Amino acid sequence: MWKLLQIELFKIYRRPRTYIAFGAITAMIAIIQLGLKVDGKEYMEFVMADLGSTFSFEGNLLNGYFVCFVLLNLLLIHVPLLISLIAADMISGEANMGTLRLLLTKPISRTEFILAKFFASAIYTLTLLIWLAVLALFVSIAVFGTDDMFVMKNYYAVQISADDVFWRYVGAFGFAALAMITVAALGFFLSLFAENSIGPIVATISVIIVTTILSTMSIPLFNAIKPYLFTTHMVTWKEFFDEKVDAENNVIKGTIENPDRIITSVIVLSLHIVAFVGASIWVFKKKDVLS
Amino acid sequence: MQDIIKVTGLTKKFDRFPAVNELSFSVQEGDVYGFLGQNGAGKSTTIRMLLTLIAPTKGEIELFGKKLQGNKHEVLSQIGAVIEKPDVYKYLSAYENLKLFAKLSDKKITHQQLMDQLEMVGLAQRAKDKVKTFSQGMKQRLGIAIALVHDPKLIILDEPTNGLDPQGIADIRNLILHLSRDRNKTIVVSSHLLTEIEHVATKVLIIDRGRKLVEGTAAELFDPSQTIIELDTFDNASGLAKLQSSRWNTMLQPSREGLIVVKLDKKDTPALNRYLVENGIEILSLQPRHSLEDYFLQITSGKQHVEAFTN
Amino acid sequence: MKIFFRIALVLLTACSIQLKAISQDMMPLIKKVKEKLDKVNDYTASGTMKTDVAFIKAPLGKVTVYYKKPNKFKLKKDGGISILPKGGVTVTMNNILNEKDFIAISAGKQMIGSFMTTVVKLVPTSDKSDVVLSTLYIDETDNVIRKAQTTTKENGTYEIEMSYGKYLAYGLPDKMTFSFNTKDYKMPKGVTLDFGDEDKAKKEAAKAKKGKIEITYSSYTINKGVDDSVFSK
Repeated sequence: MWKLLQIELFKIYRRPRTYIAFGAITAMIAIIQLGLKVDGKEYMEFVMADLGSTFSFEGNLLNGYFVCFVLLNLLLIHVPLLISLIAADMISGEANMGTLRLLLTKPISRTEFILAKFFASAIYTLTLLIWLAVLALFVSIAVFGTDDMFVMKNYYAVQISADDVFWRYVGAFGFAALAMITVAALGFFLSLFAENSIGPIVATISVIIVTTILSTMSIPLFNAIKPYLFTTHMVTWKEFFDEKVDAENNVIKGTIENPDRIITSVIVLSLHIVAFVGASIWVFKKKDVLS
Repeated sequence: MQDIIKVTGLTKKFDRFPAVNELSFSVQEGDVYGFLGQNGAGKSTTIRMLLTLIAPTKGEIELFGKKLQGNKHEVLSQIGAVIEKPDVYKYLSAYENLKLFAKLSDKKITHQQLMDQLEMVGLAQRAKDKVKTFSQGMKQRLGIAIALVHDPKLIILDEPTNGLDPQGIADIRNLILHLSRDRNKTIVVSSHLLTEIEHVATKVLIIDRGRKLVEGTAAELFDPSQTIIELDTFDNASGLAKLQSSRWNTMLQPSREGLIVVKLDKKDTPALNRYLVENGIEILSLQPRHSLEDYFLQITSGKQHVEAFTN
Repeated sequence: MKIFFRIALVLLTACSIQLKAISQDMMPLIKKVKEKLDKVNDYTASGTMKTDVAFIKAPLGKVTVYYKKPNKFKLKKDGGISILPKGGVTVTMNNILNEKDFIAISAGKQMIGSFMTTVVKLVPTSDKSDVVLSTLYIDETDNVIRKAQTTTKENGTYEIEMSYGKYLAYGLPDKMTFSFNTKDYKMPKGVTLDFGDEDKAKKEAAKAKKGKIEITYSSYTINKGVDDSVFSK
């Protein structure tokens, strides 16, 4: 299987299309960082307008940690789309190129083949996320400096001490990796059913958009299914940026307010991955290769 | 002589449509086995089943004396295939493609072996070039290199001459002959081009609508000493009547386009000619028809299609 | 007629004397407090600050406070972000007491904790002052202000409560609690991008009306000199 994985990784990283995603992420982050650097004050005034009428804030609110948080929020839809570009093409691309029929006449097990391809797309997703982390966190810190992080949620705001932030980002990016691998698994599964590249990519993106809409609208009709949608759980990375307070409303450093939510989401996402990959193996084993 | 391939009762249904229907045949070591049939007859489907690309609905496939089911790994490592036009990774070079596919076979293939293989198909100079710059013929040669790089015992070629120019077709023919005669390989080649099969095959299987029509040695099927003649006379009807009441009766074939068709030993042609002259059947034209093409059209549904066109 | 005017005059004089007497009564006390505070030319103090608002989770922060007579005041957090009520915690006792023109009116006595205080209301006479009304709760035993409620034009109403310890002699508190009013906290989901479930408890807390800043001083360095540059922003 290692041999197959090596080959799959080789194919992914030699293909020009792969680098579109890296380029796109770089461009998007650069644009947002530039915008914030130039118009940061106006942006902060807008965001803090409500609180700003009662409070005055001192310190570097628009710091690297905060900018990274903004970036992660904004890229919520974009990164999954970029991942679909590769993941949803893993099988359909081979069929489209005509190489699938040659690959499967070789003495390799179909299960191993599918797993190798999936792991390769998972590794690709990880490298994309590492790239994202470097740009969104480290470059932001370099450009905007560090300070305490001030996060505004719907009904309360959270201030996290500068020395209490980094480990949260490690956790958040790790969680994001799991979420993005879930997206990859979905795309991968859908790519089994077509022999052209576009179909599965569009299908994956559509699924994500529709389920995101269902996840974010507070309509009672949707509330019953929300907990089962993976897009609902993909945003749980934000829970890393909330703290517990003691009886006197003092922040307890190094804590997370709702760790159970994180654990639940990790389990749900992992189950989704196992389900998609398992289904992929099952479908692929029975598939007649006509391409 | 071992059966390299033994197929029994092979059936494949796509949504109840039988693309292959109770097909049985065997290929022996050293054969150049030709699959003949029109487009859509079931040749590709059969070949894909041999290569595990498609799962049979029914039937048994044995390769190298082992059941395909359950011995996939062992069996496939001894087969090299080119299926339709060879598609490789366009964004990789010829060498990278060859190396990639070679890695997937169970054997260890050295850099030198890879270069030798490219040399053999005339691509050594272009080893580092990306395949997207290759012509169809070059891609074909690469496909063959990939099929042969792990020195398989059995080589399966599905429509290998598709899209090739006459030179390319000749190259394929020579390759098959070389592999068979000089390297002792067993080869299965499918085509709808009769002339190609005729030149290389030692045995032929003719498939029509998923079923076996004929299986036999080339010698049995297209006897070069026989020929088919089409006669056009002033009065074909009376001429035909005269022939029917003569010793030539058994050699008469169904009429085509109103012409009189006779199948006979080549050496009897002068005798026929004499008979016609002696009996006042005035000849407008006397055409020998290519035996295999006629035979083929005769026995397959191709005849009906041709007739439908001409009527 | 003459008698009527005489009585009126006496009464008027008596009234004015009385009024003066009332304001005069409070002024000595105010003066005593001011004198005590004036002993301090400057100080640098270190302590911890807690922002206690129901809908803000903030960590404790180390702060340094600078003061220079007559009304230079600076609160500096050692690193990190500080959240302070608008108008800042700069309105100190001195600001209130520095008003040149005000009227001091006695308003009885009240217990602040376990201390008996004299309640004095200060009303600035000038229109230019931001302060509309100040109510001081002065501890006559130690001549310190234990509590002050101030209503301002620009920055609403706030309350300062102080407890003293080591630095009682200088009128410098150990702990100062600054209470103020807050608006409801509500952020649109389009800005927070937070589409999680509604937490009823948190939703209610967002409507908290009051907030507190607590500064607990650990030490003061008094009259050792403070550079003016510290107070420029």
